[in-house]
Amino acid sequence: MTPGTAPRIAVVGGGMAAARFAERYTALGGPGTVTVYGAEPRAPYNRVLLAEVLTGRYDAEAIALPLGGATARPGCEVVALDPAARTLRLADGSEQPWDDLVLATGANPVLPPVRGLRRPDGYGLVEGVHTLRTLEDCARLAEEAVGAKRAVVIGGGVLGVSAARALAALGVRVEIVHQAPHLIERQLDSEAAAVLRERLRRLGVDCYTGNRARAVHGGAEGRVEAVELANGYRLDCDLVVLACGTRPRTALAHAAGLPVGTGVLVDDRLAAAPHVFAIGDCAEHRGTVHGLAGPAWEQADVLARHLSGAEPDARYPGSSPRARLSTGDLEYAAFGAVDEGLDPDLDVLRLTDATRGSYKKLVLRGDRLVGAILLGDLATVDALAGAFADGGALAGHPLHLLTLGVTP
Amino acid sequence: MSGPAPRRPGGVSRAYRTRNTGDPVTKQRAATFLGMTPTAAPVAPTTPAATDTHCPYCSLQCGMRLAPVGPAGSAPAGPPVEVLERPDFPVNRGALCGKGRTAPALLARAARLTGPLLRDRPGGPLRSASWPEALDRVASGLARVRAEHGPDAVGVFGGGGLTNEKAYLLGKFARVVLGTANIDYNGRFCMSSAAAAHRRAFGLDRGLPFPLADLPHTGCLVLVGGNPAETMPPAVRYLRELRENGGTLIVVDPRRTRTAELADLHLQPRPGGDLALALGLLHLVIADGLLDQDFIAERTSGFAAARESAMAHWPDRVERITGVPVHQLRLAARMFGEAATGMVLTARGAEQHSKGTDTVGAWINLCLATGKSGRPYSGYGCLTGQGNGQGGREHGQKADQLPGYRSIEDPAARAHVAAVWGVPAASLPGPGLSAYELLDGLGRPGGVKALLLAGSNPAVSAPNAGQITERLRALDLLVVADLVLSETARLADVVLPVTQWAEEDGTTTNLEGRVILRRRALDPPDGVRGELWLLRELAALLGVPDGFPAEAEQAFEELRRASAGGDADYAGISYARIAAEDGVFWPCPAEGHPGTPRLFLDRYATPDGRARFAEVTHRPAAEEPDEDYPLYLTTGRVLAQYQSGAQTRRVAELNAAAPGPYVELHPRLAQRLGVADGEPLAVTSRRGRAVAPARITEAIRPDTVFMPFHWAGAGRANSLTNPALDPVSRMPEFKLCAVRVERVHREAGT
Repeated sequence: MTPGTAPRIAVVGGGMAAARFAERYTALGGPGTVTVYGAEPRAPYNRVLLAEVLTGRYDAEAIALPLGGATARPGCEVVALDPAARTLRLADGSEQPWDDLVLATGANPVLPPVRGLRRPDGYGLVEGVHTLRTLEDCARLAEEAVGAKRAVVIGGGVLGVSAARALAALGVRVEIVHQAPHLIERQLDSEAAAVLRERLRRLGVDCYTGNRARAVHGGAEGRVEAVELANGYRLDCDLVVLACGTRPRTALAHAAGLPVGTGVLVDDRLAAAPHVFAIGDCAEHRGTVHGLAGPAWEQADVLARHLSGAEPDARYPGSSPRARLSTGDLEYAAFGAVDEGLDPDLDVLRLTDATRGSYKKLVLRGDRLVGAILLGDLATVDALAGAFADGGALAGHPLHLLTLGVTP
Repeated sequence: MSGPAPRRPGGVSRAYRTRNTGDPVTKQRAATFLGMTPTAAPVAPTTPAATDTHCPYCSLQCGMRLAPVGPAGSAPAGPPVEVLERPDFPVNRGALCGKGRTAPALLARAARLTGPLLRDRPGGPLRSASWPEALDRVASGLARVRAEHGPDAVGVFGGGGLTNEKAYLLGKFARVVLGTANIDYNGRFCMSSAAAAHRRAFGLDRGLPFPLADLPHTGCLVLVGGNPAETMPPAVRYLRELRENGGTLIVVDPRRTRTAELADLHLQPRPGGDLALALGLLHLVIADGLLDQDFIAERTSGFAAARESAMAHWPDRVERITGVPVHQLRLAARMFGEAATGMVLTARGAEQHSKGTDTVGAWINLCLATGKSGRPYSGYGCLTGQGNGQGGREHGQKADQLPGYRSIEDPAARAHVAAVWGVPAASLPGPGLSAYELLDGLGRPGGVKALLLAGSNPAVSAPNAGQITERLRALDLLVVADLVLSETARLADVVLPVTQWAEEDGTTTNLEGRVILRRRALDPPDGVRGELWLLRELAALLGVPDGFPAEAEQAFEELRRASAGGDADYAGISYARIAAEDGVFWPCPAEGHPGTPRLFLDRYATPDGRARFAEVTHRPAAEEPDEDYPLYLTTGRVLAQYQSGAQTRRVAELNAAAPGPYVELHPRLAQRLGVADGEPLAVTSRRGRAVAPARITEAIRPDTVFMPFHWAGAGRANSLTNPALDPVSRMPEFKLCAVRVERVHREAGT
C-alpha cells in the first residue's frame, strides 16, 4: 500500500461472510475501499433463507444483504491469487491489486458416492438432480417442483429436512434417505429425531433412515426416474435433492500456497498469511470448520474490527453456535452433547408430550448442564441458552429450563 | 439592588385565568391513588377562587385545579392550596397520580428554600444572603470567568421541567448576554434519541403525532421500553380502553412491569435488544407478506436499504441477540402487521442507549413498511418524560438549536432569530457541547469554568454521577436555581430559590405537542423569585437592560415571533387561545390556524414530503457483560418518585410509598448469590459501586438487575451507569451497563 492512500481490500467470494464483513467494515469507519468478487451472478444474499425462498415465502429478489460502501462484482470469479505480488486474477484474465485479501469462498455441496448422479458427458448432474446451495439452485428446483409428484432427498441433516419440508409445502411427496440411524444425528438424539420424523410424516415427508442411496436411475431422456437404496429398494421420483453436507472451497488458497487443512487454516486474527485472511465456511480455526452463518458472521465482525482499525488487536475466540431450526412448525434448538450414551455419570431430565409433539431434554453432570434439546416447544430457549453459555452450576431445580412458570 | 416583589398578572390575563369563576363548580377532591386506577370522590361546595392549571411533574401535564386552603388571609402551616379534579381537561379527564395530588406539599415554606444561599469560600458553608448580594456575586463571577477565559468558559445547563418561556429566555440569555455556545439541558438525557430519529424520518420532532385520545382506536399498539403504569398512571386508561375496543397491546420490556401485565403479548428481550427486535419484526413482516407496498411507494423513500438490513436480521439470529423466542417474534409480527391500524410508542427504555437513535429508527421503519404512519390512528410516537420535555427542546436551550426548533447552523434561522432579538446574526455563537460532554468538561482546561444551572439535578441524574459530582466541585462558580436544596444545589457557590408551578404563569408543551397554560394560583413566599425575573436582573447587571421580560405572557409573545416560520411554530398561539381551547397543538402558524393535533396526514415534513426509512443494523452496547462484570444493569423509575427525586423525596406520603433504592433481581440469581429479600447487595460497575437492599422478583430476567435512579448517596444508581454516547443524539447509555453483584457482609461492610 502506498502511504497516505486508502488500502484496497479484496474479498474473494460473495456470500454471507463477505457481505457481513463489507457492511461492518463500512459501519466501523474503515478507511479502505472494499471490492467483493463473487462467482454467482447475484450480489450477496441471505443463504439461510433459501429453503423458504423455495416455498415462496421469500421473494428471491428480496433477500439481498447490505454491503455498506463496498463495490459488488457479481459474476466475477477469482481464478488465481498471488499473495507475494498481492494481486488476484479474474476469469476474464484481468489482474487486480490488493493490500489486504479476505478469502470468503464458502463451501461446495458434497456429492455423495451414488452411481448415476452425473450426466454421461461428465458435466453436471443428471436432469432432475439438484443441490440447494445458491439462488440459482433454488430457482431451478422451484421450477421443477411445479408438476413434480415425488422427490427424494438424499441426506437427513438440517438442510435435507428443511428442503424436504419446503418441497412438501409445494405439494410434492417427499422421501428422505438418510444413512445414519436417525435424522440430524449430529444435533438430536434418537427420541427427538423420532418426534421430528413424526412431524415430517404429517407434512407428507417419509424417512428411510439407516439407508444409503446406491444409485440414481434415469429414463430414456436421461432424466431421473428413481433412487435405488443399498438394500435394493427402489424409490420412484421425478426430483432428487442432494443434501449431504458441504466442503470448504479451498482450491484457490491451495494453489496459491496458503496453508490448507480441511479449510484455509487461520490463526486467532483470522490470518492465513501476512495480509491474507479467511472467514466463513472456507476457514478452519483451531481445527474447526463451522459451516454455519452465525460463526461466519462472528468471524466477519472480528476481521472488520481489525482491518477497519476500530480494534486493531481484535481476536476471534471461537464460536459456540446454537443448533437451531425454525421453519414452519418444525422447530428445535440443541445445545452441547445431547446423547448421554452409556456414561453413568450423566443424568437426564426429559419431558415428552406426544399430544403436542414436543420433546425436551436436559443432559446433566451433577448440577452442571452438558447438553439440551428443545423440540416443538421453545418457550424456554433463552433461559436454556443462558444456562448453557454460563456453564456454571445450575441454581435451583433445572425444570425451569424446560418449561415456563417453574419457580426454583 | 433590591429585587421588586413578583407581581400578579393583571388586566386581560386575569379574565381567563380562572375561566370557571362564577360557574357553580362542583368541588371534587382529585382522584387519590398511588396505584393505577384513578378514583374520584366528589365533595361539596363551590370554589370561586379555584385556578385551573397543570401538574408540575411528567409530560402528560395533567389538568388540575388548585383551591386555597383555609380562610383567606391566613397562612396555613401545611400546603397553602389543595388539588381538585379538573374533569374537563381532555388528557387526564380528572385523574391524577399520587405525585400530582401531593404536589402542593412542596409549596409549604418549611419544605423549600425561601432565600438565596451563598458560599464565601470553596469548602465553606452555605449561608443566607440577600438577593442583591447573591445576584451581584453571580453577575460578577460570570463576568470574571468570561473576561479571563472567554465566553465559552461560561455555561448554562437547563431542564426539561422549565416552562417554554424560561427555556426560551435561558437560551437567549446564553447567546445574547453571555455570548456562550455552551448551553444544553437534561432533556439530552431524556428524549434526544427519539428526537433525532423523528427528524431523520419525518423531518419534524414532536413526541406524539396524534392526541393521546387516539390510542384506544388503533388496532395494535406496541409499547417499547415504557412503563406508563408507573411513570404516567393517568395514561393507562387509554391502554385499557384500547383493549376494551378490541385492540391489542404488545409491551416490550426486559422486566414484567405493571404495564407489561396489561399486555396481550409481553416480549422480554435482554437490555439492548430493542434494535435487533425491531429489525427482526420488519424481517418477518416482509416474509409474511404484510408490507404495505402502495404506502411504501407513495409516501416513503429508502425502503430498499431498510429491507436489506432487515434481511440481515433473520429470526434465529434475532432470537439469539434478543433472547425473544422465534415463535413470539412471529406472533408479534402478525399481530402488528395484520392489524388495520397500528402504533409504536417508545420511551426511555428503548432510547437511552448508545444506539438509541437507530433503535427508534428501526421501530419507525416497521411502522412505515406496514403503512402504519401518516394515517388516522396509526403512527410512531415517543412518550416524552419531563413536564416540558417537548417544549423544552424547541426553544433554544439545546446546544444546537434556536427557538422554533431551528438549527443554530442554518444562516436563515440565525438571521430570523437575531432580528427578533435585535442583535447581529454574526454575534450568535455556533453549536456548543452536548449535556454530558459539557458536564464532563467542567473545570477542565478548555472546559466550562462557571455554570448557571436551573431545573436539573445532575449530581443524581447524570450518568457516571460520581465523576460528574467531582466536575461540579471543580468549577470556579456554580450557580443553581432550584426550589429545594438538591444534591447539586448543595455543591453550589450560589443557590437561588425559585418559584414553583403553582406560583407562576407560563406554558409547557406536553407529549402530544399540545401547548398548555400553567396559571398562578398563589403568591410565592417572600424571598422566592421566578427564573424570568432572575434572568432579567442578571442581564441588566451584565449590561443588557432590555429584552428579558419578567412577565411570562410578554416572554411568550416574543417566543411566538421567534418561533414563527420554524418547525415548532407557535406564532398563532396565545394565552387566551390556550385557555379557551384546552391547549393548542403546534405547528400553529397563524391566529386563524386551528393548530395541528394530527401530523403527517397529507405529507411528512421532509423536503420531498416522504418519510425516510433509516438504514440501521444491530450493534452491541458500549459495554456488554463479561467475566468480571457478568450481569446487565438497567435503570428506571418507580411510581411514587420523579426523576432525581429532588421534589418527590421531600413529600412524606410519596416517601412512605417508595422510601429508597433497591436492587431488583430474579430468584435464581438471588439463590446463586445466596441473598435473601431485603438484604443489602453491592452492585459494582467499572465506574462505581452502589449498595441497596435486594428485591427478589420473577418479573426480571435472570441475567439482569434493575435499580431505580431517584436517590442520591450509597444507593445512587447513576454511580454505575455508562456515559457512552449515541453518536447522533449524544444520549448516554443509562439503560444498560455491565455490573457485578455481591452480598454485603454486614461485619465486613461496617
